[in-house]
Amino acid sequence: MVSAKTNLKGRAVYVVDGGRTPFLRAMGPPGSFHASDLAVQAGRHLLARQPFEPDALDEVILGCVASGPNEANIARIVALRLGCGEQVPAWTVQRNCASAMQSLDCAATNIASGRSDLVLAGGTEAMSRHPILLNDQMVTWLAGWNKARSATSTMQHLAHLRPAYVKPIITLLCGLSDPVVGLSMGQTAEELAWKFNISREEMDSYAAQSHQRLAAAQAAGHLSEIESLYAPDGTLYTTDEGLRTDTTAEKLSRLKPFFDRTVGKVTAGNSSQITDGAALLLLASSAAVKKYKLPVLGRIVDCQWAGLNPAHMGLGPVHAMAPLLQRHALSTADIDYWEINEAFAVQVLACMKAWTDSDYCREHLNQDHPFDPIDMARLNIDGGGISIGHPVGTSGTRIVLHLLNILARENAHRGIASLCIGGGQGGAILVDRQGEK
Amino acid sequence: MNKHWRTEQDQDGIIWLHFDQADSSTNVLTIEALDELDAQLGEIEQANPAGLIICSDKSSGFIAGADVKAFSRITETEEAKKQILQAHRIFDRVEKLACPTVAMIHGFSLGGGTELALACRYRVCCDDPTTRIGLPEVRLGIFPGFGGTVRSTQLIGHLPALNMMLTGRALSGTAARRVGLVDMSVPKRQLKVAAHHLIITKPKPHRPTWQQKLPGNGLLRPLVSHFLKKQVAKQANPAHYPAPYALIKHWTKYANNRKAMFASEAEEVAKLISSDTAQNLIRIFLLQEQLKAEGRKSDFKAKHVHVIGGGIMGGDIAAWCALQGMQVTLQDRAPEFLSQAMGRAHSLFKKKLKKPLLVRDALDRIMPDCKATGVPKADVVIEAIFEDVEAKQALYAQLEPRLKKSALLCTNTSSIPLEILNKTLKNPERLVGLHFFNPVAKMQLVEIVSANNTDQNAARQAAAFAKQIGRLPLPVKSSPGFLVNRILMPYLLEAIVLLDSGVPGSVIDQAATDFGMPMGPVELADTVGLDICLAVADKLAESLPIDVPERLRSTVSEGKLGHKSGQGFYLYTKGRAQKPAVTEGANVLPELADRMIMCMLNEAVACLREEIVLDANLLDAGVVFGTGFAPFRGGPMHYIAHEQSEIMQQRIKAFGEKADAGWTGVMDG
Repeated sequence: MVSAKTNLKGRAVYVVDGGRTPFLRAMGPPGSFHASDLAVQAGRHLLARQPFEPDALDEVILGCVASGPNEANIARIVALRLGCGEQVPAWTVQRNCASAMQSLDCAATNIASGRSDLVLAGGTEAMSRHPILLNDQMVTWLAGWNKARSATSTMQHLAHLRPAYVKPIITLLCGLSDPVVGLSMGQTAEELAWKFNISREEMDSYAAQSHQRLAAAQAAGHLSEIESLYAPDGTLYTTDEGLRTDTTAEKLSRLKPFFDRTVGKVTAGNSSQITDGAALLLLASSAAVKKYKLPVLGRIVDCQWAGLNPAHMGLGPVHAMAPLLQRHALSTADIDYWEINEAFAVQVLACMKAWTDSDYCREHLNQDHPFDPIDMARLNIDGGGISIGHPVGTSGTRIVLHLLNILARENAHRGIASLCIGGGQGGAILVDRQGEK
Repeated sequence: MNKHWRTEQDQDGIIWLHFDQADSSTNVLTIEALDELDAQLGEIEQANPAGLIICSDKSSGFIAGADVKAFSRITETEEAKKQILQAHRIFDRVEKLACPTVAMIHGFSLGGGTELALACRYRVCCDDPTTRIGLPEVRLGIFPGFGGTVRSTQLIGHLPALNMMLTGRALSGTAARRVGLVDMSVPKRQLKVAAHHLIITKPKPHRPTWQQKLPGNGLLRPLVSHFLKKQVAKQANPAHYPAPYALIKHWTKYANNRKAMFASEAEEVAKLISSDTAQNLIRIFLLQEQLKAEGRKSDFKAKHVHVIGGGIMGGDIAAWCALQGMQVTLQDRAPEFLSQAMGRAHSLFKKKLKKPLLVRDALDRIMPDCKATGVPKADVVIEAIFEDVEAKQALYAQLEPRLKKSALLCTNTSSIPLEILNKTLKNPERLVGLHFFNPVAKMQLVEIVSANNTDQNAARQAAAFAKQIGRLPLPVKSSPGFLVNRILMPYLLEAIVLLDSGVPGSVIDQAATDFGMPMGPVELADTVGLDICLAVADKLAESLPIDVPERLRSTVSEGKLGHKSGQGFYLYTKGRAQKPAVTEGANVLPELADRMIMCMLNEAVACLREEIVLDANLLDAGVVFGTGFAPFRGGPMHYIAHEQSEIMQQRIKAFGEKADAGWTGVMDG
């Protein structure tokens, strides 16, 4: 039975299966895949290997921060394209970097409450295709252009066009800035470096380790959740493109600071990579597991959301994980493996410091004694956002899926997946491998 | 009395004339249907309605054309002319009605159907992809004879109309609207409203622009005619396909002279229809219907197809199935073997479907499947891996326990006998050969191969599946090379023998294309791939009396594999064979063709005797659709029977004496 002390009141929620695309580097021209294409390619294999037809799903829930102009309510598009049929409802959620954790929470809540039995949930993001908009001056000018009727008024209007009008609004960059406190995400990371006195060397060494861990995981075949992507032109993508096998802390130390130019510490190399990708999980109630004789990968035990100062958004995981442990009376050692999304190397390192800092724990986490430190050998053991990439609307599902795979592989029991959220929030999910009884 | 046509009058006084041919799923303008239309028109003239709307009650379409079956019984030019003039009179009656008239078209409108629509004042059609409006008569060796040549040129202008009639290509609703063939192309929901709207508002009927009328000018016509003939010559040899040339001549002489053009149309079409060419092409058309009928012997319907083997054949079969609306999973050992197939599938979808949403849907229907997850859900499983008995048997051993009980298990093998492949199966009777030809998207024929112990119900289901994906099923017995490759191979090998004896490849190819083959044998061998030719020839040589020419073996061992390697018997630059122009030896061409074709005919007779196919008609159909054998000659058996048997016998005799090997002298049957 699920503990009575959980946010997921009601029936048990099982994870049956999952899959994701390789994460593709997204700097430059639009990628080969729209966000919906990515989700379809991640989901079709997942559904094909189930014993039920896709129309047996109760709903499809996807996270996506910014879908393409023709992808409003992208979850419905994906559901229809996956052959779930007209009668399966689908909806899209947005909670910035945690959109794909929000979708899991929604799915889990609906299963726990008895609304749904079988839900496809996850996230998709094509950051290379985030829209580029016209600025207000240009839109105003175009409105006038449409009204100009005669040749003279057309010519007159043309004369009013200014070069500044064609300066586009790149929504990808807007999305990576906090609209309330006016800092870019990288600058909030610099805030944490300053607050916790974290050095450039520590960041670069953490970033190098992320690449090394991903390389080792790839070599060992630990990324079985990846389904190859096939582009229409016949190009094949089988692995995460962000990996740089030749990178070292020394090489990373040569990069220039990107956000606080010249004097900062956060670089492109010790930040997560802008990427395209999708990840999906199949969640089921005990009834559905029995009905279709589904295998159980694990159980979603609880989910927690937290808010904090937007300028310190990188500490979000700490704020979300603390109540989970407190509610379930668990200590750090009770958690076998941890996945904390690597938005920035410094942000993960700052979380580690805050977690064990008695002042921070007392002031912010309602915790008299600081938590025991998290063993770095149990955190992000196969790499993270810095090496794999961080498609914003997808990572929440990726870390839960990969955490469950790690628990299975290591024959461990319990894990926490967590991420920081732009705007000053944190989210965390507690999973275990207790099967259906 | 009213068997095929039915009228009703609406509240606005408009008569709706419904064509609903008795005992048929499609509407065809038989003599009986035409006579009944004539009678209906008499009543409509009396009723003097506010308008007349002609429509079809068949879900498949408007009217499929005139009665092609009846064409095949016309042998007398005079009889043909009489029937044409009768149709002219009836359509003229439609045109002369005092009230506005509309043809309301959905689905296909072909030949006589389109000509009836042209006799109306207005036409509306449905804008969905099933709408196909055309005048395809030239494909049957004739040209439009129910006033089509006159009315189409007057309605949409000379060049667009001639283009339609010379190519026989059908237009979509949108394209028909663009050229002015229809007045409105609307969504299905608005079809009746649009027809009604035209009657009530009576807009000015469509007329071509002066630029479109210009090529019909008497002074320009000879020039235009010259240009048209040059265009047509790229596609059709005048000696083989006289119809397009007859149409150009007819137009050049009588365009813009309505009365004379009608008279000439009746005269010329009557002449063409009773000619051997038209009769043979009509025969092929009817044989095609016969093959389709093979696919109607079972009501098997597939939804999900699983193809194993991501090579050219497997990948293209998978793509074709997805194009035809199937859910497809395509399996190979690793993603690397599937990405090219996915790329080719995308190109095919783009070419055939054009609209991005349809292309996307087709791509969503085909899933690369390295883990074979599609097997338990598939209705049809097609094995298309490399030709190796043990590999195939090992694969079947994995597949068989996972198959759905009702699933059809097929192999695309081209050379391994089915009784060997099915030996290791728990249920050997369930394996059926489904032999596609390369390129899958172009070759219509699929051989449905049965061994002695093959379940005939499964074979019928396989034929139904082939028909479902728009291919022509030909049931054949499992025997080396089945039908098509067995008949084709001696012909190809004879060409290589000729090549080896010093005859230039271009001369050999010219001889074959002069006979009416779509491509010469030397170029064909290069296109298929010389390694594949050699493998098939070696396989056939195990059981049939054929010698594989040393020249083929040596060319392959030099690494010259044909088009794909850049050099085979020809050198390829930019994908095109470098052929010197044929100057010398033109007078020996017929003799060369005889030598090669005889090899085919010989093998055809042997196949018939061994009952590889059920009868001579099916054999002809198979060889025409599988090899492109000169369609205007009606197929090999028909050619043997009609090419003045005595001359044939002489040639065979003479040939038998000359040929050193391979002749088995079975022409006496």
